[in-house]
Amino acid sequence: MATIDYSSVKPQKPWRLDSKQLAINGAVFLLAVLLTPLFLNLTPLNGKLGASFIFVVLATIGNTVLSIVRQGFKTISTSIAASLIYLATALVLLPLASVLFTVASKGFTAVKLNTFTQDMRITNPDAPFTEGGALHAILGTFEIVLIATIICVPLGVLTALYLTEIKGRFENLVRFLVQAMSGVPSIVAGLFIYTVLIVTLGVNYSGIAGAFALSILMLPTVARTSEEVLKLIPNDLREAGVALGATQWRTVAMVVVPAAKSGILTAVILGVSRVAGETAPLLLTILGNTTNNLNPFSGPIAALPLYTFSLMKTGLDVAISRAWGGALILLTLVLILFITARLLSGKKR
Amino acid sequence: MDTQPTKIAGRTQNQRGLPMSGSNPVKSLAAVASGARVANKFTPGSGLEANGVHAWFGKHHALADINLEFPANTVTALIGPSGCGKSTFLRTLNRMHEFIPGAAMAGEVLLDGRDIYEPGSDVTKIRLKIGMVFQKPNPFPSMTIGENVLSGLKLAQLKIENKDEILEECLTRAGLWKEVKDRLGAQGGSLSGGQQQRLCIARALAVSPEVLLMDEPCSALDPGSTLRIEETIRELADSIIVVIVTHNMQQAARVSDYTGFFLSDGGPGQLIEVATTNEIFSTPRDKRTEDYVTGRFG
Repeated sequence: MATIDYSSVKPQKPWRLDSKQLAINGAVFLLAVLLTPLFLNLTPLNGKLGASFIFVVLATIGNTVLSIVRQGFKTISTSIAASLIYLATALVLLPLASVLFTVASKGFTAVKLNTFTQDMRITNPDAPFTEGGALHAILGTFEIVLIATIICVPLGVLTALYLTEIKGRFENLVRFLVQAMSGVPSIVAGLFIYTVLIVTLGVNYSGIAGAFALSILMLPTVARTSEEVLKLIPNDLREAGVALGATQWRTVAMVVVPAAKSGILTAVILGVSRVAGETAPLLLTILGNTTNNLNPFSGPIAALPLYTFSLMKTGLDVAISRAWGGALILLTLVLILFITARLLSGKKR
Repeated sequence: MDTQPTKIAGRTQNQRGLPMSGSNPVKSLAAVASGARVANKFTPGSGLEANGVHAWFGKHHALADINLEFPANTVTALIGPSGCGKSTFLRTLNRMHEFIPGAAMAGEVLLDGRDIYEPGSDVTKIRLKIGMVFQKPNPFPSMTIGENVLSGLKLAQLKIENKDEILEECLTRAGLWKEVKDRLGAQGGSLSGGQQQRLCIARALAVSPEVLLMDEPCSALDPGSTLRIEETIRELADSIIVVIVTHNMQQAARVSDYTGFFLSDGGPGQLIEVATTNEIFSTPRDKRTEDYVTGRFG
């Protein structure tokens, strides 16, 4: 059989704008940029905010006119809606980008290699950046968050299993309490542990007290996210397991949880990133420290948010830069966790 | 009728409200029919038998007074329009019915002469003996093809000896061995829909059930896969009891020895007629059966 030669047919995307149309779009955009200063002078608006507002209005009008010319009046609402949607997206991204940029630019100078190898036991907060570091705070954060995770993961996942698999008598009550817990202000969690563990039971200010305080904040996140993930597992799988003669426990352990594995992992990572940056509960429970404390069960301990907070409080320029450095390290850690969570949850089998 | 809905959990013997045995014309008809075709195949105390089975969802009476016998080594097809309770009946046969919140039932289901709803009976053992294949293929997504086949044994904590033999035997009986023998380590979800359904059949066979219940196993499959599964069902009938719910009357005619026709006239679903498949499709006794199988309604 002779093979037909199709090489003369080129794949096309007729639904996309061609280069000429793209150029016109670009021209409209540029025109809006150029006209902005003019209108800024003509109207009582002023400053960056006024300029952005005028630009948005001009660009929306320009795009709308363009689409009317191309496709007629029918598309007018689509075009205005599209412009507004892009605007809303930009407005949401702007503060995020601004925070990232500010922390990175202010903190970058304070982060040197020794930041990760030294602590602040013999260094003044206003000594040069080449002395001292945040090692004690990084280690402290890891210790506290690790213990909080060890406390929360079994509790959170079991709570989620109670809500999705057992559906017991207290299902609605438990779900309500978990939801209410996720609204508890973090300082209240700190106060609670302070009152119960430190004042009443006489536990010292220590990593374990901080970990308990963080657990209170982490538990609802882990439980709720795990519940959502477990709810996505089709009922067919549970029925298939049980119909094969398995007990409910074996079905959950061998079929349901493995199927939700990556989702539960995401729940845990989200929980960790939720609490890694908490300051308020730690203020009342770990007290802060300037030296490495590898024993979370005794004595005050440092953590990155607290490190940032206490250095900022000194009011010294160099110390404030160090604080920005601490914030940058914290932000990076949380970002890494978030990206890991996204990769794990988005992973296709 | 004095039959009362009773919650499945925590029932006692005297709450059952069983109708008098032998009082039902449909059942005696079944006995006549089975006797006519395969003489003496049904001996009381072996095989599967439903006596006066009712089912409820909350207050809704879904199924009324079903009496059916499933003799050894036969295929029984359950046909009828949607919503007539065929699937519900199937699910009462291996106690999957009780998974639905608000479900209740009455009557008895005898496997080898013992009621599977007897208080204190081990429900997991019952489901091991009475396997089920669902409408939608549902292989376990976290397991490979091989692990899926063996999953029933692992889930029920049975000892697995000669793993390779079980794999080959079950996959061969399900008609899938040739297609997957070189990729038993691949994910179960990587198979096509028809292959997945045959994988589910292999999985159900691995625990050596005495009865296999199939709830519209081919409704999501292409004709080729349907044919393979029908062949599989015929082969299975050499050794076990198969009960299949189907909307496809040609399929019922092709694979089954007996056919039961279910119908709901707005009230609970009832078993209108049961006989050999030949009789149901050629000389049905009931006018409604005739109308249904000839395509005049439903």
